[in-house]
Amino acid sequence: MPRPIEIRTSPHLKRAISVDRIMRNVVFALLPICAFAVFQFGLSALLLLLTTTGVAIATEWFFSRMSERGSTVSDWSVVITGILLGLTLPPGFPLWMAAVAAFVGVALGKAFFGGLGYNVMNPALVGRAFVQAAFPVAITTWTPAFAPGRFVELIPSTLTMPFMRPEPVADWVAGLNLDAWTGATPLALQKFQHIEVPLLDNALGLVAGSSGETASLLILACGLWLAFRRMLDWRIPLSVMAGAALTALPFWLMDGNLYPTPWFVLCSGGLMLGAWFMASDMVASPVTARGAVIYGVFIGSLTVFIRLFGGLVEGIMYAILLGNAVGPLISSWTQPRIYGVVKKTRESSQP
Amino acid sequence: MAESSTPTSSAGKSGPAPILFDREENLTADTFLRGLWKENPVFVTMLGMCPTLAVTNSAINALGMGLSTTFVLVVSGALISLLRNWIPKQVRIASYIVIIATFVTIVDYLIQAVSLELYAALGAFIQLIVVNCIILGRAEAYASKQRLVPTLVNSLGTGLGFTLALLSLGTVREILGNGSILGIPLFGSDFQGWLVMILPPGGFFVLGAWMMLFNWLRLRKERRTAASSGVTAHAG
Repeated sequence: MPRPIEIRTSPHLKRAISVDRIMRNVVFALLPICAFAVFQFGLSALLLLLTTTGVAIATEWFFSRMSERGSTVSDWSVVITGILLGLTLPPGFPLWMAAVAAFVGVALGKAFFGGLGYNVMNPALVGRAFVQAAFPVAITTWTPAFAPGRFVELIPSTLTMPFMRPEPVADWVAGLNLDAWTGATPLALQKFQHIEVPLLDNALGLVAGSSGETASLLILACGLWLAFRRMLDWRIPLSVMAGAALTALPFWLMDGNLYPTPWFVLCSGGLMLGAWFMASDMVASPVTARGAVIYGVFIGSLTVFIRLFGGLVEGIMYAILLGNAVGPLISSWTQPRIYGVVKKTRESSQP
Repeated sequence: MAESSTPTSSAGKSGPAPILFDREENLTADTFLRGLWKENPVFVTMLGMCPTLAVTNSAINALGMGLSTTFVLVVSGALISLLRNWIPKQVRIASYIVIIATFVTIVDYLIQAVSLELYAALGAFIQLIVVNCIILGRAEAYASKQRLVPTLVNSLGTGLGFTLALLSLGTVREILGNGSILGIPLFGSDFQGWLVMILPPGGFFVLGAWMMLFNWLRLRKERRTAASSGVTAHAG
């Protein structure tokens, strides 16, 4: 009996790699960063991460129940959104505001566009941008890293009643009797007082800042692990970093006292986390190789321009959101020419 | 708007044409309710988006804007309906604008006299009622073809629909943005306002949320009627 001949189109070789496998690996890569965030900021950071992740999962579950596409909670992508959002918020951020951010991020950033694969922008950053606009004071209230007693007591603003104004943390911080606490992050110190914190402290994350953005070297290591496992496009983070460093370089050469060093630019704020884990969002970034580089350099240099000349201290969030917005355009501009196809002229490309 | 407005004069009929009210006119509850819900100017036909997004940052502003627009809508509609057989077709838009602008000027001075605070809050948007699509749309599509009483009823329904839409935006934005409603604080002094809700993006967010809710309700209703009619069809 002759065996039936099966005719299929390419690809003929496949790897056993799926959406939820990649997403699970990203979550694994984020776990060391979460652990360091908890080690650095204590219970408050832990509660913050649990809140954002929990609310993000609940929101995804609710909206996938309302839609007819079936549940997409189990593909782990929403867990990444929740963790990333928690990592970008200040450690003492009130939990109810974090819940608002997670809800808005998943609902407005993802569910309304049709769920995973259809979101135009990174959902975590949509949520963060919303609370940045809604609660500008709370999201720029920083607390010191490695505060004594961080594993037994919470930052007072963490457990604010819903819809209520968070307690000011200044008195609590004064009670800690810390030396050299100015209430500013390295970025703000550099921008307003032109003082750079020591490079090693900054790279290792021994400074104040958002709960999971400070440890640049750790984030770099986790990102590299993912990149070597081919779970993210290495072009995007590297071109974001290159774009940021190369944009900062001429300003630093012009006036080293006023402008930050390129390595400070790379190690401070959310640049590292943004470059490795947010700009590289598979859905919201360009699909072509050349497009990925253009997109990365655009985000990196825009970040530096916002930091140096904008009203805000940090610019990576808006830079990535803008990059996401122009991503499809970059994709369509950089479509590779198919082998054997003559380059289209302007007239012939018109339908 | 593109359709030509041939005034439905009762030429050809015997006897003098009734100006105010005609038994043959379809004056049903729908004349009033259509503008309020089924053809709500904001949520369904999406007209007048500019004041909807711009002045709904508090309930009182929304109410002031909605009632002003309703007044202009009703009175200008009435005048246009009365004059519909005398306005030449070629210059009808200009004539409507003159009529509308007259009443907008009245409202403008009235609000300035009654509450300078509200006048300052509403700013140029009072004057901009002149070019509000809802009013011109009603004039062109309804008042220029109908008798006085149906026009009054229909304009009032549309105006109240607009006011309700603005209020639904204004209350949500004021509650979240200021923790108050019509200026009365609801949550005490410790309330944390959502700054974005008073700013222009809040208008887009709240409008989108309300439209999502109403579209969802409408779809659900359509699905249910379709399902029930399907069942009866099978049973029959």
